[in-house]
Amino acid sequence: MSGTLLEVRDLSVVFDGFRAIDGVDFTVEQGELRFLIGPNGAGKTTLIDVITGLTRPASGSVRFEGWDLVGRKEHEIVRMGVGRTFQTSVVFEQLTVVENLDLAASFRRPLWSLARRRRGVSAAVEAAMATTGLDALAARPAGVLSHGQRQWLEIGMLIAQRPRLLLLDEPVAGMSGEERSRTGELLVEIAKDHTVIVIEHDMDFLRRYASQVTVLHEGKVLVEGSVDQVRSDPRVQEVYLGRAEDRDKRPAGGGRAGAAGEGRTGSAGAEPAEGAAVGSAAGEVT
Amino acid sequence: MTATVRDAAPVAPPAPGRSWRDRLRGPSVFVLIAVLALVVAPLLLEPFRLGLLAKYLCFGIVALGIGLAWGQGGMLTLGQGVFFGLGGYAMGMYLKLHDAGGDLPDFMVWSGVERLPALWIPFENPVFAIAFAVVGPVLLAVLLGSLVFRQRVRGAYFAILTQALAAAMVILLVGQQGLTGGTNGLTNFFDLFGQDLAADGTQRGLYVVVAAVLGVLYLVAWQLVRSRFGRLLVAIRDGEDRVRFLGYNPATIKTITFAVSAGMAGLAGALFVPVVGIISPALLGVVPSLELVVAVAVGGRFSLAGAVLGAVVMGYAKTSFSEEFADGWLYLQGALFILVMTLAPKGIFGLAATLRDLLPGRRARA
Repeated sequence: MSGTLLEVRDLSVVFDGFRAIDGVDFTVEQGELRFLIGPNGAGKTTLIDVITGLTRPASGSVRFEGWDLVGRKEHEIVRMGVGRTFQTSVVFEQLTVVENLDLAASFRRPLWSLARRRRGVSAAVEAAMATTGLDALAARPAGVLSHGQRQWLEIGMLIAQRPRLLLLDEPVAGMSGEERSRTGELLVEIAKDHTVIVIEHDMDFLRRYASQVTVLHEGKVLVEGSVDQVRSDPRVQEVYLGRAEDRDKRPAGGGRAGAAGEGRTGSAGAEPAEGAAVGSAAGEVT
Repeated sequence: MTATVRDAAPVAPPAPGRSWRDRLRGPSVFVLIAVLALVVAPLLLEPFRLGLLAKYLCFGIVALGIGLAWGQGGMLTLGQGVFFGLGGYAMGMYLKLHDAGGDLPDFMVWSGVERLPALWIPFENPVFAIAFAVVGPVLLAVLLGSLVFRQRVRGAYFAILTQALAAAMVILLVGQQGLTGGTNGLTNFFDLFGQDLAADGTQRGLYVVVAAVLGVLYLVAWQLVRSRFGRLLVAIRDGEDRVRFLGYNPATIKTITFAVSAGMAGLAGALFVPVVGIISPALLGVVPSLELVVAVAVGGRFSLAGAVLGAVVMGYAKTSFSEEFADGWLYLQGALFILVMTLAPKGIFGLAATLRDLLPGRRARA
């Protein structure tokens, strides 16, 4: 598992004259767990949108295993092995959990075979349910799931797709403290055998689970490196961490969703050592 | 047919590990209805009523397609009359040529046409005519679907487009008097495969064929709905953009479904012509297309059985109501539609589910 998986070169995206992304170079190696951070409007989601074919860039290239992704349709990019989740989780509410996962796992089947009924649960779906802990909810319609469970279902659908590159857009947004820890562990688990890019706002979450971090700011890559390197960089502190640390003292992401800070205790806001954080996270899971 | 409906209904999932009694309930209701329709009805009903029922069942076939495309796939198609008409005219052209026995069809003579138009020639062959009744609509739907769905046209825009197609079809047919019979359409058929079309026996046989075709197509649609394809269709209805990120092209799935519904409408049109004895622009324009959509909504668009039932019941209601009050039907139909849309969006067949949702405490869980 080595070598470059994703290579973004000199990428620019323009919306009505506004440069949402401005000459970004971005490389992800095989097997990496990369965090993508930056203040609102930095271009994080836009970057993922370009990689997954949702947004057309004004210039630049996106290469996945050497293939250019620019100009390909969304479903074609998925078929090449790039999967993503969305900030606001979208699951199919009228279908059951297992049906959601099964559809995600079945896109490689030939079209005619879709006319057959699903019988039993495939290994990929079984594995995705086990990883996300959704087994008990398999037969429930996805519409009855809680917000956190929906996010996990989305991550589960992503795993069931068996992609080679996973892009997660703010997987813990709006989650309670307990759900965050659970998601963090899930992330670490998935990253063992997948290449993962995670967009995350939450600094506490970042400190606990990130290793490699890319900081975007106003459409440009500001800094790239380990968590410690990034955190000690004065430019990052100026544009992002300074503000974020202020915010950390309050429940994080307060503007986005009231639930974001729920269950967060004072101790979680403090800075535990990396290992201790993962340990305490395990303790929180019920 | 309760189990069937549960499978097709949007909310209720097919429960895993259903008991044998549950599993058999759907099929046994289907068999019961099939026996009633195929054996009991022809014995009990007088020929006139049986002919009417055959006509409603033809509408039921169209409704089945609308249930698939709209109820399951979210494609509000207001132009099924176009496909119904293609099938109907294909059959009508064959019957006309057959009756004329080598001469020109009567209406062409009246219009001063001297030679059989080239378009008509292949329809002398009944196999071609019947095949065209299905394949023609399917090809048109594939063409339309692959143009429209690929461009991500959907919702109201798709509905308007299909409605415009129905309007255009009527203008085309009316304008070509010598080719299509104009406003009068094609009528005065006498003979079908050597059988007198006016005879009771022929009409009874036609009824059985229509009922059997509906039964078979119902099974096909039901299999489609409960397959992965059907799940995917529901997923596209509820979140087309998300489906792309599951690696499927929604345009392909929608085009196939639209084509299946068009084929059903075409076949229904071909069956309708010998049963009723006429096909004309008034039977396939904007209004009849809309009427069927209304019928499907009233019956319950989320279940195939609801869609078929809606078409049959509304067809029957229209006839019996119009016998009493000629113009009253339009108002009643409109009122019914508004009532259903506001109070019971799942239609008559989904009434139980709608009521269940309204009960306090149920909504939070289900």
